Amino acid sequence: MSALEIRGLQKSFSGLRVISDLSLNVASGERRLVIGPNGAGKTTLFNLIAGEFPVDGGSIRLHGTDITHLPARRRAHLGLARTYQIITLFPEASLRDNVALALLGLSSLRWNPLVRLEAQEQLMARAQAVLAQVALESSAAKPLRETPYGEQRRVEIAMALAQEPQVLLLDEPFAGLSNAERADIQQLLAAIPRAVTIVMIEHDMDIALEFAEQITVMHFGSVVVEGERADVVADVRTREIYLGS
Amino acid sequence: MLIGLTALATLPLWLDSNYYINIASQILIWAIFALALNVLVGWAGLVSLGHAGLFGVASYAAAWLVVAGWGHLPAAFCALAITLGAAAVFGLLALRTAGIGFIMITLAIGQILWGIAYRWIDLTNGDNGIILPARPLPFGIDLGVPGVFYLFTLVAFLLTLAAMRGFDRSPFGASLRGTRDQPRRMTALGYHVWLIRFLAILYSGLVSGIAGLLFVYYHQFVSPHVLGLASSAEVLLMVIAGGTGTLLGPLVGAALVVIMKTVASAYIERWNLVLGVIFVAIVIFMPDGLVPGSVRLWQRFRLVFRSKPSSAPRPGVDT
Repeated sequence: MSALEIRGLQKSFSGLRVISDLSLNVASGERRLVIGPNGAGKTTLFNLIAGEFPVDGGSIRLHGTDITHLPARRRAHLGLARTYQIITLFPEASLRDNVALALLGLSSLRWNPLVRLEAQEQLMARAQAVLAQVALESSAAKPLRETPYGEQRRVEIAMALAQEPQVLLLDEPFAGLSNAERADIQQLLAAIPRAVTIVMIEHDMDIALEFAEQITVMHFGSVVVEGERADVVADVRTREIYLGS
Repeated sequence: MLIGLTALATLPLWLDSNYYINIASQILIWAIFALALNVLVGWAGLVSLGHAGLFGVASYAAAWLVVAGWGHLPAAFCALAITLGAAAVFGLLALRTAGIGFIMITLAIGQILWGIAYRWIDLTNGDNGIILPARPLPFGIDLGVPGVFYLFTLVAFLLTLAAMRGFDRSPFGASLRGTRDQPRRMTALGYHVWLIRFLAILYSGLVSGIAGLLFVYYHQFVSPHVLGLASSAEVLLMVIAGGTGTLLGPLVGAALVVIMKTVASAYIERWNLVLGVIFVAIVIFMPDGLVPGSVRLWQRFRLVFRSKPSSAPRPGVDT
């Protein structure tokens, strides 16, 4: 069964068609790279999959369940997690509290106004363990605003991992990072178990191509080329659209 | 903290003027109201300019029911239930939008409630207001004595403060602050942002109702003036001046405004001008409010004091 199955997706903003009859099939456990020039509709595609915008047409299935019209929060409960191109975290909270918020999101504890969050030992231990996954356990108590950009990127990924997703959408996780930080993130992504299907948007082709097994090339809101890494890279249309030769 | 609590609890003993004890009671009532608004402004990031409407609904409902022959206790519970219902309607309407839209809708709701109090004369007695015939007698205690009323209000304030502290540290409090900072991320994390905000409005409405009850018990009178825009703006200024999202900020803000209104106005004719200047100074020098600003000032002072080298000559060093 496909982890993610998109059929005939449509989206327009004020008459401007951004996603046009887009279909995509991502197998369970796959590492899929979505590339395309600026304005191709990649982030809009992620926003539609995550439920942040309503679709104009078409359908989205997550492990066979139709999620096309489900609100974003319900999709999170069904195993969909995402990161953002622009870091979207909680700057005043500590790294541990950031991750704890991600864990709380899927727990009924989030409605409880009568207990102390800090006293929830299991939850806090789990938050610490997730931070260890991204090698940030020693900075757990530090406020996020005092954390370097590269570490904030890792917290973004930690929060998505805390949701124990079946499908993980990564929107340019290497953006703005130094070479050393990129290598860290690369290692981190390589360590994510195969039970998690990953779809990634990335502009850094060296790193992205190393990560990808399947590549989808988008242009003007449609899929232009799709297939195995080597085939897509060799395709003339890819070069014309994206690589510019 | 213990010193502060002792000072507050013994205030009627060392403040032998009923006038000042009554002012302290008023400060506490407004502080409870400001704590209620702080739930929305400080923790939810939702600025309400119509909260006096909820405060006034509780005052009116309690006074009306007592005048209609109800006992104080059932009237108080019923008034809180009515306020909760009003807060639910308030939330359903106001949460259709956020930001400036939220402010405008809350302002409109507040003005509608003021209009009802002012114009629905058969129900509210219009501009003449409703007189509460007597203060309640909880466990036979006479609240007519200023010191006793003060202690009654202090207990209500401390209970509210403890409830707010617990709320702030709870998972739900963390969820609410999350919806303030990153609503989009919170949705992606599985949170029902709208429902969290709605529940926060109910909680805030309930505490506003408690403050409204204390207000009508204190003044034994309620008129449309209580629900007006001026009251909503005043309580918002208390929260902002004291420090949004803090526990003691609303108390400090309430003390500032009430003292200026009641004490300073007796000596300074243009006390409004002075209050305005104070607010401008707060915005310039302590934009986070008096409590966070004072804490930061104290921390800086301690840092400077600790890092200051000793002025005594060191052995072996020529001076």
